[in-house]
Amino acid sequence: MAVLSGIEVEQRPAHPRKNRVRWTASDEASGLALISPTLLYAVALLFLPILIVVAYSFWTQDYLTIDRTFTLQNYQTALGEPIYQDLLVRSLVISLVVSVVTVTVSYPIAWFISFHGGAHKNLWLFLITVPCWTSYLLRVMSWKVILGYGGVMNTGLLSIGIIDKPLTSLLYNSNAVVITLVHSWAAFAILPIFVSLEKVDRSLIEAAHDLGDNKLMSFLRVTLPLSLPGVISAFLIVMIPTVGDYVTPKLVGGKDGVMIATAIQAQFGKGANWPLGAALSVTTMVIVSAAAGIAVLALKLLVRMAK
Amino acid sequence: MPETPMITIEAVNKFYGIYKALDDVSLDIAAGEFFSLLGPSGCGKTTLLRSIAGFDTPSTGDIRIDGQSVIGTPPNRRPTNMVFQSYAIFPHLDVEENVAYGLKRLKLDASEERRRVGAALDQVRLGHLGKRRAHELSGGQRQRVALARALVMRPKVLLLDEPLSALDKKLREEMQVELRSLQKAVGITFILVTHDQYEALALSDRIAVMFGGRIAQVATPKEIYQRPTTRQVADFLGGMNFMKARITGETATRLSVETPRFGGVTLDKPLGFSARNGTATIGIRPERLRVLWDDARSDFEVAGRVVDRHYFGEITHLIVDIPGMEQPLSVSETNNFGADDIPVGDAVRLAYDPDALVALSD
Ligand SMILES: Nc1ncnc2c1ncn2[C@@H]1O[C@H](COP(=O)(O)OP(=O)(O)OP(=O)(O)O)[C@@H](O)[C@H]1O
Ligand SMILES: [Mg+2]
Repeated sequence: MAVLSGIEVEQRPAHPRKNRVRWTASDEASGLALISPTLLYAVALLFLPILIVVAYSFWTQDYLTIDRTFTLQNYQTALGEPIYQDLLVRSLVISLVVSVVTVTVSYPIAWFISFHGGAHKNLWLFLITVPCWTSYLLRVMSWKVILGYGGVMNTGLLSIGIIDKPLTSLLYNSNAVVITLVHSWAAFAILPIFVSLEKVDRSLIEAAHDLGDNKLMSFLRVTLPLSLPGVISAFLIVMIPTVGDYVTPKLVGGKDGVMIATAIQAQFGKGANWPLGAALSVTTMVIVSAAAGIAVLALKLLVRMAK
Repeated sequence: MPETPMITIEAVNKFYGIYKALDDVSLDIAAGEFFSLLGPSGCGKTTLLRSIAGFDTPSTGDIRIDGQSVIGTPPNRRPTNMVFQSYAIFPHLDVEENVAYGLKRLKLDASEERRRVGAALDQVRLGHLGKRRAHELSGGQRQRVALARALVMRPKVLLLDEPLSALDKKLREEMQVELRSLQKAVGITFILVTHDQYEALALSDRIAVMFGGRIAQVATPKEIYQRPTTRQVADFLGGMNFMKARITGETATRLSVETPRFGGVTLDKPLGFSARNGTATIGIRPERLRVLWDDARSDFEVAGRVVDRHYFGEITHLIVDIPGMEQPLSVSETNNFGADDIPVGDAVRLAYDPDALVALSD
């Protein structure tokens, strides 16, 4: 793509038609030329695949060939079959729980760094990114070690005598998926919240105290509303990818923690029903967008009530 | 002061590490007074104001507001409100919500709250802008919102940290007049921090001049301008001509000196005065020297030669070299009589009033 656009730019002087020359000299043209490699790349790798998926979702698998007559059959299956309904609902619930927990856990950390990090803010932020240095897979696997039958958690609890035989409820269920995902995504939630907290003018908080607020009230009425953009981005950054997460449920989710991505993968793989897989994907996408929108609105409403 | 002062600051010290931001500060401020803290950048004005508001805690010493010690009382429980230098208008609220911010906690009924917000906004002439957001306001308007937001709380003391420094000159002068009449109208004690001497002189009932964390002098504007006690204060508030004079006599309150060209005079001795090698610093303001035209005579005059001239519109500064004096005198003369036309190099005679001479501590 980059090569293509390069040619385009170089060819410009070769077409000296009058209005063309004027347009090519404009800011708009140079802007477009500048972003064209990235733009083409994004279109090719993001937009086209989605278009193809959407197209597939209206077709039918006919053994090894694809029947390209328009049909809504796949959507009927995706939305009608109880198994897919269950998976969709579970994925959505898990991702919502993960986002809420991640943001709730990350906010105090970001707040602490921003307000009490002193001269060491950068060090703190750096330490937070340390877990991300290892592969995502390794991090998920390490939770198996922690939560497993003979894992760190069970032996720890056993040794201090809180339990007398290892818990089996720790691993291979949706709780394990939530714990693992929260840990994986925390760093990505802390950063946007931190940035928005940094932007809160400290004299506004002093003004709130001056006008009679105690620490909690000034937090609820000033700091929280002003850091809302960070909370919203953190929420979306966590929620959108986790709905479709495939690796974590596969590794730590067991039967109970299966999410929609596993079903989609099955349709594209063993099931060999690409149109149904496509319809499931599109459905998930639409539902996630709707859920994200509702969540953002709900957050804003909540904060408006606080003030 | 007969009645108890509204604010008593007693031997307050404030350390930042080993740096002493406030050095043994003691002050009494009366109820209803318009009091200014004046001094150069970094002298500790903000630190003192924030200590009164409760955002900074003195390392030692006591602060009492209306007779009550407030050491350990957080800002939200002090009967003070502050107008911040940056105004600190809440960006997520409109003007009315900003002004109502502190009232919410009082749980007034809706109509009473609305009435008080409206009255406060009218007081600062912003009644028509209630629904605007902070970013839709000009600097002067923000400043008024900050004022209304603090005044609506009916504090015992209003603290203002350089509230006018972000405004352009014309608006600043307008706001000065408004601030003064507002203070007269509400009768609340105002404490204003400023590094603008004219602002302090024009607005205040009394001024405290600070240098390096210490209070150098506390007095009315007129007194502090006409009778500064130290060379630093005199220099900070408008210009002054300084000269060394030999001490010929000294009592507890008076000082007799022999000046190089202004003859022998007896002056009030400033507080904390100590002689150095038998000499004292004597000062006279440039505008207390007058050019004597033609053959006009005065009982008290000095003669010299103009070495430089600075034109300022309504006045001209003449720099006059006086034989026998170490430094040339700066003379501020109105242009009504043509001071701007005196050529450099001309001989001039200057009249002065011996009462205008002040003795200063170094
Ligand atoms: N938090 C702090 N830590 C260390 N030093 C400080 C702190 N706050 C203020 N200072 C120092 O204390 C001194 C007084 O500061 P302050 O803000 O009171 O000055 P100011 O008179 O208000 O000056 P300006 O006119 O510039 O606002 C300054 O030298 C400043 O560097
Ligand atoms: Mg200051």
